Amino acid sequence: MISRLLLVVAMSLAVALPAKSETRIEEVTSPKGIKAWLVHDTTLPIVALEFAFRGGAVQDAKGRDGTANMVSGLLDEGAGELKAQEFQSRLEDSAVELSFDTRYDSFFGSLRTLSANEDEAFDLLKLAVTSPRFDQDAIDRIRAQVMARIRQNSTNPEALAHYNFQEQAFPGHPYGREVEGTAETVTSITRDDLVTFHRNNFARDNLVVTAVGAIDAETLGRRLDEAFGDLPATAEITPAAPATLTNVGTLTVVEMDTPQTAISFGRPGPLRKNEDFMAYYVLNHILGGGTFTSRLFNEVREKRGLSYGVFTGLFPLSASGYVMGQVATRNDRAGEAVSVIRDEFRKLAAEPPSEEEIAKAKKYLIGSFALRFDSSNKIARNLLQFQIDNLGIDFINERNALIEAVTREDLARAAKSLLGDGELLVVAVGKPEGLESTGTSSGDR
Amino acid sequence: MFSLSRLMVSALVTATLSHGTLAQAQPANITGPEVETFTLNNGLQVVVIPDHRAPVVTHMIWYKVGAADEPEGESGIAHFLEHLMFKGTKTHPGGAFSAMVSELGGQENAFTSQDYTSYYQRVAKEHLPTVMEFEADRMTGLVLSDEVVNPERDVVLEERRMRTDNDPGSRLSEAIAATLFVNHPYGTPIIGWQHEIEQLDRANALSFYDRFYTPNNAIVVVAGDVTTGEVRTLAEATYGKIERRGDVGPRMRPAEPDLLAARRVTLADPRARQPSLTRTYIVPSYANAEGRQAHALDLLAFILGGGSTSRLHRSLVADQSIAASAGSYYQGDALDQSRFVVYAIPRENIDMERLEKALDAELSKIVKDGVTAEELTRAKKRLVAETIYAQDSQTTLARAYGTTLTTGGTVEDVKEWPSVIEAVSAEEIQAAAKLALQINRSVTGLLLTEEAPPQ
Repeated sequence: MISRLLLVVAMSLAVALPAKSETRIEEVTSPKGIKAWLVHDTTLPIVALEFAFRGGAVQDAKGRDGTANMVSGLLDEGAGELKAQEFQSRLEDSAVELSFDTRYDSFFGSLRTLSANEDEAFDLLKLAVTSPRFDQDAIDRIRAQVMARIRQNSTNPEALAHYNFQEQAFPGHPYGREVEGTAETVTSITRDDLVTFHRNNFARDNLVVTAVGAIDAETLGRRLDEAFGDLPATAEITPAAPATLTNVGTLTVVEMDTPQTAISFGRPGPLRKNEDFMAYYVLNHILGGGTFTSRLFNEVREKRGLSYGVFTGLFPLSASGYVMGQVATRNDRAGEAVSVIRDEFRKLAAEPPSEEEIAKAKKYLIGSFALRFDSSNKIARNLLQFQIDNLGIDFINERNALIEAVTREDLARAAKSLLGDGELLVVAVGKPEGLESTGTSSGDR
Repeated sequence: MFSLSRLMVSALVTATLSHGTLAQAQPANITGPEVETFTLNNGLQVVVIPDHRAPVVTHMIWYKVGAADEPEGESGIAHFLEHLMFKGTKTHPGGAFSAMVSELGGQENAFTSQDYTSYYQRVAKEHLPTVMEFEADRMTGLVLSDEVVNPERDVVLEERRMRTDNDPGSRLSEAIAATLFVNHPYGTPIIGWQHEIEQLDRANALSFYDRFYTPNNAIVVVAGDVTTGEVRTLAEATYGKIERRGDVGPRMRPAEPDLLAARRVTLADPRARQPSLTRTYIVPSYANAEGRQAHALDLLAFILGGGSTSRLHRSLVADQSIAASAGSYYQGDALDQSRFVVYAIPRENIDMERLEKALDAELSKIVKDGVTAEELTRAKKRLVAETIYAQDSQTTLARAYGTTLTTGGTVEDVKEWPSVIEAVSAEEIQAAAKLALQINRSVTGLLLTEEAPPQ
C-alpha cells in the first residue's frame, strides 16, 4: 500500500528501500474545499481515516479542564436522532471502529471500516462530528468513567509525577493543566460547556484529514463533503500563548507510600519549526531515545540496574517545546538515579557525541523510518502528524536527507541550547532517599 | 481515551511480561493470506506469512517454554532468561545484537508468557538474513557472567515493582491467580515471586536455556515481503545448522484439582481509591476445549461484555447507572485450562454488594435464557471483521500464529477460525455459558479502599 510512499521515501535512501509498486500520496480537495492526504491501496477491503481538529484541550474554558476530553467520550454516545444505544448498535452491526481522543493542541478522530460498510461508516461519522446529542444520561455516564479514571490515577506514581511535572513546568498555562481535568473541574463541567466546545472547535478551517485504503480520490472527496461539509467554515479557537518551561533547577518530592519512586524530568526544548529540529531529534535519540542503545539506557539500566525503563522525548507542542524523560527506580537508589541522569545531560552538553555515535544514530533513524509505514493505520497516523506539524507533503521525500545532513557542529549547537548547564526540572513521587524538595510542592492529591 | 475498561482489563489480566513492552493477550482469531509452514531436519518449524505491501519483514522466534515450565522454587527464570538473552554470545559478544539491529534501523523486543517466550526484530527485508543469523547464533552461544547477570536481576526487580508492587490492582490480580490455580503453575506470576527472583542466578538461567532452547522446541515466524522459498533457503543456512540438544519431552504440568468451591479475595489499600470487582472462572482453552466450545466462549465474551452494545455495559453502565464500566473477556490462548473474566467498576457511592448482585443477575440470565439471534449475528460479524482488520498488520498476524502454535494449535486452526465462528449456534453459546459461569469454579476479587468495611 505504501510503496509509492516508500518510493517517495526511497528517493533519499534508494539503497535501503527499493520501490515496490505504484502507490503514492495524493493531495485531495473535495468539491466543498476540504483537503486531505490520500494513500489509495486496494490490497485489503479496508478504509482508514484519521483526522484532527486543531484546538484540543488548550481550548477548555478556565476551571473546566477536561471539557475536550469529555467531548471525546460523548461523540459516539448519541448523535442526530440516534440515542447512545442505537448509535452504538449501528457501529457494531457494521463493525465500524470510530474513536476520539484529545491532546493539548488537537482533537483527534479515527475511523476504520470494511469497504462493504463504507456508506454506513461515513453516515455515522457525519452524525458524530456534526450533531452529537450530549444527552444528560450520557454526560453522567462519561463523567462517571472519567472520575473513575481520575481516582485511579490519583495514586498512580507515574501519572502523578507527570501531572506534577506539567504543573511545575507551565504554571498558569493550559499546558500546566491535565487534559482529563481534575475531580473538581470535571464535576463542574455542564452540558453548555460541552456544546460550546463542540460548536467552537469543530469546523472546516481547522480540520486535517488523512485517508488510507480502498478508496479513490473522487470517492474520498465526496465522502469528505458528506462527513464534514456541514460543519461551520471557521473555528472559534484561541491559540495558547507562547510559553517556556519554567522551574528548571528545582526538584519536587511528592511523598507516597510505594516501593518505587516514579520520576519525571525535563528542560525547555525546540518547537517543531526550529531550523535545527533534526539536530535536536538526533541528539535526543542518542541521549534517551526509545532503543536499547541510548546513553541513559546504558548508564541507568544496563550498567547499574537502577530501572526497568528510562527514556527521553522531545515534545514540540504548538506554543512551547520541551524535552521530558521518565524513570522509575527503587526508593533507596532514587538519588543515585537522578544524579546519573543529570551527569549524562551535563556530559552531552559539554561535549558533542563522536562522529561514530552520530553515524549510528542516523543509521537507526533513517533505516527505521519505513517501519512507521507498514499498516494502514500507522501510515494514516504518521501522515496526519506531518500535516498537523505543517511539514508539507514533500517532507516524506526529504526527511531522511534532513537527518543525513545533520553534522557534529549542528549537534554541538543543539546540545548547548537543549542541555545548557544540564540543570533539570525534576518531580519524584514515592519515598525517595537522597532527594530533597527544592521547589514548591503541590503535595499529594 | 475511553479505554477505561481496557485499562482495567490489562491491569487485571495476568501480565505477559516482556523486555520492553507488555504483551497483550492475543485472541487466536486471526486469519491471513497464503500462509505456509515447513519443518527443518532438526525439528524447527517455520511459518511464512507473505505481505508484499511494504519492503519490510517481521522476524520472530517462539520457544515453546514459558513461566509455567519453570522448576519449582525458580519462579521468574523464564522471563529472567529472556532479559539475559540480550547479553551476548561467543560470536556476537555483549550488546552486539542490539547494536546491529539499531544500526540497521530495526526494532526489536521480546516477551514471556506462561506458555511461550518470543523474540522479534522488524527490519527492511534485505536485512532478514542478518537477523536470522544473529537469532540462530543466540540459540546456542549465550555467554553469561555475573557482571551482567547481577545488574539485570535488579532490572527485573524494578520491573516487578513497577508492574505489580506499585499498583494495588496488579497485586490483587496476582492474588486472584494464586487463588484460582492452587496446583497448576498458572497460579505463579510470570515475572516470579520477589523472594525467588532475588535468588535466581547465572546457573539457573543457563540450565533453563540448555534444556529448552533447542531447534526442535522453537518456531520461527517470518511475516512480510518474502516468499516461502526465500525463507526456506535462509532458514536452512542459519537455524538449519543447529543441532538438537535433546528432547524436551511433552509439556505436562501438574493438573488442577476440581476444588468446586467459590473463593473470594479482598485487597483493601489506601491507594486503591477506585474500587473494582472481578470474577475469574476456570474454563477450557482452545487447546483443550471440545468441539467449538472455545469459539463459543469468544462469542459469549463479546456478547456479555465486549463493548458498548454488550449486556454488561447496557445493563450496569447505561440502564442501571451503577457502574462506570463493565465487561468480560476470554483468554483462550493457553496450553492448559484458561480463564473467563467478568468485571465491573462501580460509580461513586455505589455499594459493592449491589454491584455484584446486578452482575450476577446478568450472568444468570445468559445462562438461563441464552443469547438472541440478533446478538449472535452482531458478534459473529464483529469477530470476523477483526480478522480482516488484523491482516493490515504483519506484526499482528505473526503474533497470532506464534501464540496459537505455542499453545497447542496449528496453522489450520488459525485459518479456519472465521468459518468455525460462523458455524457456532446460539445453543452452543448457552452451553458454553453454563460450562463457564460456575461460581464453584471461580474467584471473586474485590479491590477496596482501606476505609471501606471488608465484605
